[in-house]
Amino acid sequence: MAMTFTKKEEGVFVLDVTGYVCPHPQIYTKKALEKIKSGDILEIVFDNPSSSESISAMCDSSGDPILDKHAEGGRFTFKIQKS
Amino acid sequence: MEIPVPRRNVVWAYAIVGFFGLVSILTFALHEYYIYLSAYLWFGFIYGMCLQYGRFCFASAFRDLFAVGVPRMVVGIMIATILFAFTSALVSSTGWSTFHPAPTSVHALIAGIIFGVGMVFAGGCASGSLYKAGEGNGVAVLVILSISVTQSIFVDVAGWMNKLVPPSWHASALQKGLPESIGAGDGWVDQYLAGYVWNQPIRTFAQSLGLKDDSMVGAFVGNTLCGVVLPALLLLTVVYIFWVRKSYMKKLTAQGPRVITFADHVRGFWGMIVASKRTAIAGLLLGIACGLQMFVIEGMRMKFGVKNAGTLLERLGFNFGISAKGTVFDPGYWYVTTQEAQWVGWVLQKLGWENMDNIYFGWVNGIPSPAINPADWMSVALIGGAAVMALLHGEFKFKMPTKELAVWAIIGGMGMGIGSRLALGCNVGAFFVRTANGDMSGWLFGLGMFGGAYIGVKFFNWYTERKMAKEMAQCDIAF
Repeated sequence: MAMTFTKKEEGVFVLDVTGYVCPHPQIYTKKALEKIKSGDILEIVFDNPSSSESISAMCDSSGDPILDKHAEGGRFTFKIQKS
Repeated sequence: MEIPVPRRNVVWAYAIVGFFGLVSILTFALHEYYIYLSAYLWFGFIYGMCLQYGRFCFASAFRDLFAVGVPRMVVGIMIATILFAFTSALVSSTGWSTFHPAPTSVHALIAGIIFGVGMVFAGGCASGSLYKAGEGNGVAVLVILSISVTQSIFVDVAGWMNKLVPPSWHASALQKGLPESIGAGDGWVDQYLAGYVWNQPIRTFAQSLGLKDDSMVGAFVGNTLCGVVLPALLLLTVVYIFWVRKSYMKKLTAQGPRVITFADHVRGFWGMIVASKRTAIAGLLLGIACGLQMFVIEGMRMKFGVKNAGTLLERLGFNFGISAKGTVFDPGYWYVTTQEAQWVGWVLQKLGWENMDNIYFGWVNGIPSPAINPADWMSVALIGGAAVMALLHGEFKFKMPTKELAVWAIIGGMGMGIGSRLALGCNVGAFFVRTANGDMSGWLFGLGMFGGAYIGVKFFNWYTERKMAKEMAQCDIAF
């Protein structure tokens, strides 16, 4: 499945990188966070376990809080708020 | 984050452990020599568990640093290398080390660059791809296939490639006195090895300080303190200054205006070290297991009165695929790429490709059947160990590669295959093991990987930006 970036509702965007391996999920996440507005929410959907560590570390460093982390059946969903 | 683990995952994990246990018991019942192969197997299993638990991938060490500013894997790898250096020094000073330093020259740097670009494109290093295959990742399986096939073909290519060999390499290769059956003057890699690499000096930190590698002072002060601990601390300090310090200071000053002291930076540095507990724990365990493997394998060699597994295989009646020297690939420590080349070499030989006339297979490593190849047992068990860990954490998922990722996997795997043959090892054999044992060529290869990863990330940034801009345009976001 190809990478998709969609608008879910006003100020909420979904980045689906399911099927992608490193470094795609973390690079796309970084680029998306750079472009959305402060306060907007980015929901990332991915299934590459090692990206969960990298994305968490990246958000900790940039100061963008991860509001929710969910994982089931090898599929991860992170909800990040742009600071 | 709690991940629910289905019951079938636990059953599968038990099944994998049971299978490897059964292999060890049944083969030992056949002959005690098989315990040598089982030792490789169980160390491979431990490596797989550690790698998956810590998401331990050398590619992400440099790549994530450049791409997203995350230093966790550089930290993990340096912890593992320091620990491995101490356990190696202990083994070396008892004279039980299985490690042999490699020739040091610019070839290690060039090979590192090619390997570094390859691992960024592929999405994982050689060992990282193995553990990701254990997570059910189809892209990683393709990467392993690409590395394996590329190496196996690359080491045997002659014909037009001979025209690219400098005359001095050709002349020097012929002077090495190798048997005629090997044909050292035919084949690019043969002439590269015998005509160039073997002529390069072997340098360890202990030797450069006038110390012996197997002496207590040489092993601990020369190779471990000067060769690993100090360079690793320097590297980590550079990482802290350029990638961590700014965000750490921002967090401190966000709590209120204050003067940042040296003690704050020490706390920030320590925070960077322990930021990813999983990676740090995996690094600790990997470092200890790697040193222990050298100790165990050398102990068994002494017990059975052999210097190489080739002798054991011949005693067991397996004569196919043993090198002209009577050896097979038997490093005595963690290694990844040569056994990957060997199994494809074995398949190609069975299909009629004569490849025992080159140095790599015919003179040094052989191509024994994967069923009795000690290093192959290690790699298969590594995948199994990673699968067990992924299953028990609810992270196992079969993933078929998309066309886009398949292309990256094949191209990246080719880069890693060529890079590892030029360096005589991959991120594990040419970097991790060598640096931990005070071999200067290890740092040279690491420097190359660093540069290669930078080039790879630059390209990836350009590639992903194009795709992201297209997607974001549909949401009216300017890129």
